[in-house]
Amino acid sequence: MTVEELRNIAETEREEQRKYEKHVCVCIAAGCLSSGSDLLKAELEKEVDAAGLKDKVKVKGVGCMGLCSAGPLVSVEPEGKMHGNIAPEQAKGIVASLGAGEGPNPCPSDVPFFERQKKIVLENSGKIDPERIEDYIAHDGYFALVQAISEMTPADVVREITRSGLRGRGGAGFPTGLKWSTVAKTGEQKKYVICNADEGDPGAFMDRAVLESDPHRVIEGMAIAAYAVGAQKGYIYVRAEYPLAVKHLKTAIRQAERLGVLGNSICGSSFSFQIDIRLGAGAFVCGEETALIASIEGKRGTPRPRPPYPAEAGLWGCPTLINNVETFANIAPIVRNGAEWFAAIGTEKSKGTKVFALAGRVNNTGLIEVPMGVTLREIVQEIGGGIPGGKKYKAVQTGGPSGGCIPEEYLDLPVDYESLKKIGSIMGSGGMIVMDETSCMVDVAKYFMEFCKSESCGKCIPCRAGTEQMHSILTRITEGEGTENDLEVLRELCDLLRNTSLCGLGQSAPSPVATTMQYFGDEYQAHIEGRCAAGVCQIAKQEQEVEA
Amino acid sequence: MITYSGTPQLPSDDKRWKVVEATARRHGREPHALIETLHTVQEYFGYLDDTALKFVAATLRLPLSLVYGAATFYHFFTLKPKGKHTCVVCTGTACYIKGAPALLSAIEKKFGVKPGETTPDNELSVLTARCLGSCGLAPVAVVDGAVLGKVSPEATVARIEKGIGHDR
Repeated sequence: MTVEELRNIAETEREEQRKYEKHVCVCIAAGCLSSGSDLLKAELEKEVDAAGLKDKVKVKGVGCMGLCSAGPLVSVEPEGKMHGNIAPEQAKGIVASLGAGEGPNPCPSDVPFFERQKKIVLENSGKIDPERIEDYIAHDGYFALVQAISEMTPADVVREITRSGLRGRGGAGFPTGLKWSTVAKTGEQKKYVICNADEGDPGAFMDRAVLESDPHRVIEGMAIAAYAVGAQKGYIYVRAEYPLAVKHLKTAIRQAERLGVLGNSICGSSFSFQIDIRLGAGAFVCGEETALIASIEGKRGTPRPRPPYPAEAGLWGCPTLINNVETFANIAPIVRNGAEWFAAIGTEKSKGTKVFALAGRVNNTGLIEVPMGVTLREIVQEIGGGIPGGKKYKAVQTGGPSGGCIPEEYLDLPVDYESLKKIGSIMGSGGMIVMDETSCMVDVAKYFMEFCKSESCGKCIPCRAGTEQMHSILTRITEGEGTENDLEVLRELCDLLRNTSLCGLGQSAPSPVATTMQYFGDEYQAHIEGRCAAGVCQIAKQEQEVEA
Repeated sequence: MITYSGTPQLPSDDKRWKVVEATARRHGREPHALIETLHTVQEYFGYLDDTALKFVAATLRLPLSLVYGAATFYHFFTLKPKGKHTCVVCTGTACYIKGAPALLSAIEKKFGVKPGETTPDNELSVLTARCLGSCGLAPVAVVDGAVLGKVSPEATVARIEKGIGHDR
C-alpha cells in the first residue's frame, strides 16, 4: 500500500458518494439503536425506494452524533439538517422533506451543544459508515500510518508524539510520548501493544462510542504505536458488554488485513503487526494495567505491584505499551497534522481535547468533545443546556468511582488534569454526571463505595477490608444511625486506603467520600441529626416525624 | 479424575461442545485461552455448570481450581441458569440518580425477586448491570433483550408482564 493507492481508494469512494445528491445518515450506535434506529433505517430505505429516489438518495448507517438524549438522530447531508426523536413511522416525513421543508422534529445544529465542541477524536463519528474501510480512507484514514512507515523512522514518530504533549486519556494523564519511548528503548525483540477498552466506570461511554463509530481510527493509532515502539502483536481488551463495538472492531480488523494496512509486511516494509481482540468479563479492576495483562493471560484479573512497569515487563514478561482507546484515537491526527497543530489546542500542560460522556440531571445528555481548559460551567450550562425542571445545580461528578464531586463554587474551574486534581477529583476517563438538589451526596458516596467494595479484587487488605468498612459506615449514616465518631473514622479510612492500597482502585476509592465530606459536610451532619434534605435516604426518625 | 494428557472426551454429543472445543483449539490449548473458552461456553449454554468447568479444565490442561477461580472472579460469568425471561436494570451512576432504585423496588414488589434472583417458577431473572453505556437514556432496563430507555417503574413491570404473558 502506497500513498498513491490510498489516494485512489479515497477518490473512488468520494466519486461513489458524489453520485448521490443526498445522504440520509441514521445513527446506529448503541444509544440510538436501543431506541429503535435499526427499524428506522430500514423504514427510510423503504420510503426512499417508494419515492423513486433510489439513485439520488442514499440511506447510510453512521456512528454516534453526540446528542443521545434526542435519539434516534437522523442527519441529512450535505446540508447537515438534523432530526431528533424520530420514530420509524416518521421516515416518510423525512423523505418528503428532502426537497424542501422542515420535516419532522427538526433538531437545530447551530446550538451551543454542537457549536462549542471541537472534534478531533470524534471528527468522523456520525459522518462515516463504521463498517466500511473505504469511507474511513475517504476521510483521510490510514494516510498517517502509511506516512509514518514510509517517511518517518520509529524515533521520529515517538518524538512527534512527545512534542504534541498528548497525555493518557484513561484518567491519570501520564505523558504518552514518555511511555512510548520507554517501550521503544528496551532492547527486547518481542513487544506488545495493548488497547485498553475495558471501560468500566459507571456513567462513561466514550470509548464505546469511538469503537462503534470509528473503529479504524483506533486500529490505525495502534499500528502507528506498534511501528514506533517496535511491537509485532497487539491486543484490544474490550468489554464483553459492548457487542456492537466488538462486531465493528472485528469487521475493521478483517478489512484492514485484506487491504494490507495490518498484517505481514505492511506497505511493503519489514514492519508486521497483528491485532487480536480479547473480551473482558465484567471486572472493573481490569482497567488497571497489570490486572488487564493478567486477564489477557487468562488469569484472574488481579493487579501486581509496580515496578516493574508494563513498559519494561508486561504481557508474558515482555515490554508492553498500554494506552486507552481515546489516546490511540488521537494518534493519527497528530501524525497527519503535526505536533504543533495539536499542541496549539488546550492549555499549557493539558493539550488537545477531551471527550466526555455528559449525563445525569442535565438537558442535553450525550457525547461531547471539548478543548482542554473549558470551564465546567460552559459544559453544564451551555453545552449541556442547564438543569431541567428549574432545579438547582448541586454537583458534577467526574472520574467515576475514582473521582470526586465538584460543588458550585468550582464551576469556573478550567477542565484540565491539574485543576481537577487540585480540588480532589480527577479528569478520569471522561464520565461526567451532573447532579441537582434531588440527589443526596451521602447516598452518592455510598453508591460509589458499594461499587468499589464489590469490584475490589481482594488481593490487598486495605482495599478489601477498607471499602467494606467504609460502606457499612456510610450505610449507617444514610439510615440515620451515624455518629460524629463515624465521620472521624471515615476520614481516617480515606487516608489509609489512599496511602496503602496496592493499585489505583483502592488508592482512589476514597475520593467520592473525601470530596463529598469536604464540600458537602453539612449533608453528612444533617444525616447524623436525622435529616436527609434531598429526601433520598430512608431515615427512620424523619419518617416518624412526618407521621406524627 | 481429570487427566492432563491428550484431548478429553466431549461431555455429551451436544454439538455445542464442539464449538467450545474449537475455541480452545484456536488458541492452541494454551492457558491464556481460559477466559475466551469460558465466554464461548456461556454464549452457547447460557451459564457455566460443573460439567462445563471440568471440561474446560481438562481441555486446556488446567487445574479445576484455577478455572473455578476465574469463573467466579468475573461478574460476567454466571454459574446458575437464568429464568425464561430476564430483566437487566442498569445501575450506572446516571441511571442510579435518575431512578434505577425505584425500578428495582417496583420489580421486587411485583414479582418478589431481588437482583441476582430468579422466581421459583423459573419465569423471571432479575439482574443488574454496572453500566450499559446508554447513560443518555437513563434510567435504562433491558427486558428480554429489548432496551427500554427513560423508563418508568410502571412501564418496566408492564413490559415484563407482557413478556411472561406471551408464553401462557
